[in-house]
Amino acid sequence: MSLGNLDELYREIVLDHYRTPRNRGELPVPPAIRVEGFNPLCGDEIAIYVDVRDGVLSDIRLSGHGCSISQASSSLMSVAVKGHTLAEVRATIERFKVMMTVGESDADATASVADLRTMGELAALQGVAQFPVRIKCATLAWNTLTQALDEAAASA
Amino acid sequence: MSSFNPRRVRADVPLLGRVINGRPITYLDSASSTVPPRAVIEAMDRYYSLRHANVHRGVYQTANEATDVYEGARADVARFIAAPGGADEIVFTKNTTESFNLIARSWGAANLRAGDVVLVTEMEHHANIVPWFQLRDTTGIEVRFIPVGDDFRLDLSEIDRLLDGVRLLSLTLVSNVLGTRNPVTDLAARAHERGALVAVDAAQAVAHDVTDVTELGADFLCFSAHKMLGPTGLGVLWARRELLEAMPPFLGGGGMIADVRRDGFTPADGPAKFEAGTPPIAEAAGLRAAIRYLESLGLPDVAAYEHGLTERALARLEDELAGRVRVIGPATALDRGGVLSLDVEGVHPHDVAQVLDQFGVCVRPGHHCAKPLMRRFGLAATARASFGPYSVDEDVDVLVEALQHAVAMFS
Repeated sequence: MSLGNLDELYREIVLDHYRTPRNRGELPVPPAIRVEGFNPLCGDEIAIYVDVRDGVLSDIRLSGHGCSISQASSSLMSVAVKGHTLAEVRATIERFKVMMTVGESDADATASVADLRTMGELAALQGVAQFPVRIKCATLAWNTLTQALDEAAASA
Repeated sequence: MSSFNPRRVRADVPLLGRVINGRPITYLDSASSTVPPRAVIEAMDRYYSLRHANVHRGVYQTANEATDVYEGARADVARFIAAPGGADEIVFTKNTTESFNLIARSWGAANLRAGDVVLVTEMEHHANIVPWFQLRDTTGIEVRFIPVGDDFRLDLSEIDRLLDGVRLLSLTLVSNVLGTRNPVTDLAARAHERGALVAVDAAQAVAHDVTDVTELGADFLCFSAHKMLGPTGLGVLWARRELLEAMPPFLGGGGMIADVRRDGFTPADGPAKFEAGTPPIAEAAGLRAAIRYLESLGLPDVAAYEHGLTERALARLEDELAGRVRVIGPATALDRGGVLSLDVEGVHPHDVAQVLDQFGVCVRPGHHCAKPLMRRFGLAATARASFGPYSVDEDVDVLVEALQHAVAMFS
């Protein structure tokens, strides 16, 4: 039987980040900021620790539990944002969210194909957009990171 | 020799003819909602096509027919659960959840005082927990839990102490997560000895075996039409007649009054007191057809059949997936319904359900609205497969095949 759709969702990079998540752990608070995210429907939980120094997201750690998509997405995110300026991090968050809306219309799809080239490993998650109920799994970490950046900005 | 034939039921259920992702649908989510046979769908169609009118109001012919459909359903429900006081003891609600809210807001608020105890179990659905917490927050009652043991059954070692001060024992007959069938009759007798009343959540039981409120020793019984081959949007509260008569109304509005004046109102008598507004009439027609359909199958035969199916499924999971898939529930089919909550090693339930969907298998991932129970076993979620009277061994074949695929994919 064809499991083509599943292969789109569970790309090898995604499974790799699920089995071997990057940047797991905690950071001392303070100076780090800790923010929690929940997906009450499926019980996924995440805690993100970020260190922001001189406008740069100098370190990030993740803890919590969830499905392969939420775990892989948070791991891929941590690699993509670590060491980048806050402006770059926010831009990456935006591009990721656009990628998650692919499939809603062809115009969106065309626009984001161009974006995908700049997404690196994160592009492995684009298949999630075809599974509407799983989009929330993929975006949990990103929404939680946005909240952490907002708190960092407020306390700066 | 039983004449019950699940294949005949399959042929009666249109949804089971669907193809999902290139495979015939394998519907294993009856604990969430059963799928209706044609007779139920046609009864609702017939109502809307020929009889639709509001109930209890008109004098014209179709209005009378609509009232007959609705009140006929009430009479059928009374017979179905052997209500000793007949149709006057049947209140139609939106679902099991609303039935429990009605008990808490009406009987509970009128009868319970600070310090009174409502005793529930650790395996309850949120529908039988949250309304009591809400009542606790306004009246100061105590909500106490009977714990669940490592064998996935109620731990009754401290039951005498737990029953101390209890005014209401409110518990499920069959767990929607574990499948455990609780010894309700024994517990009801003990509760009654202490002068307490007993409310029973029968949502997971009514489509799978005979339900007799007197045999159970219940004072209240709650269930939903859509878990017994009927439609969504309709639930039942049964209560002993003298309890209903003494209970204040729940929701106010049209249909539930005897009189309304500028200085107040007088509630209607009987179940109407609890049925404000236009009720779900088509759904009552559907429930009526569902009850007649279940009765025609013969529920004792359905129970015996599902018992065997569950026994074989438990054995297959043990034989073919031991060490990789753990059943969160009693290991044998004794005193157990056909609910199989699965914990797949290294695979999150959402991923299990996603892979299974590719095989056309419908299971429910999540906490199943039983978070205290999930916490008890240190789980965030499970993937739950559950049977209905149309389930067959081939469904288990596909389930096992898909589970093996999920295990291989994530290992």
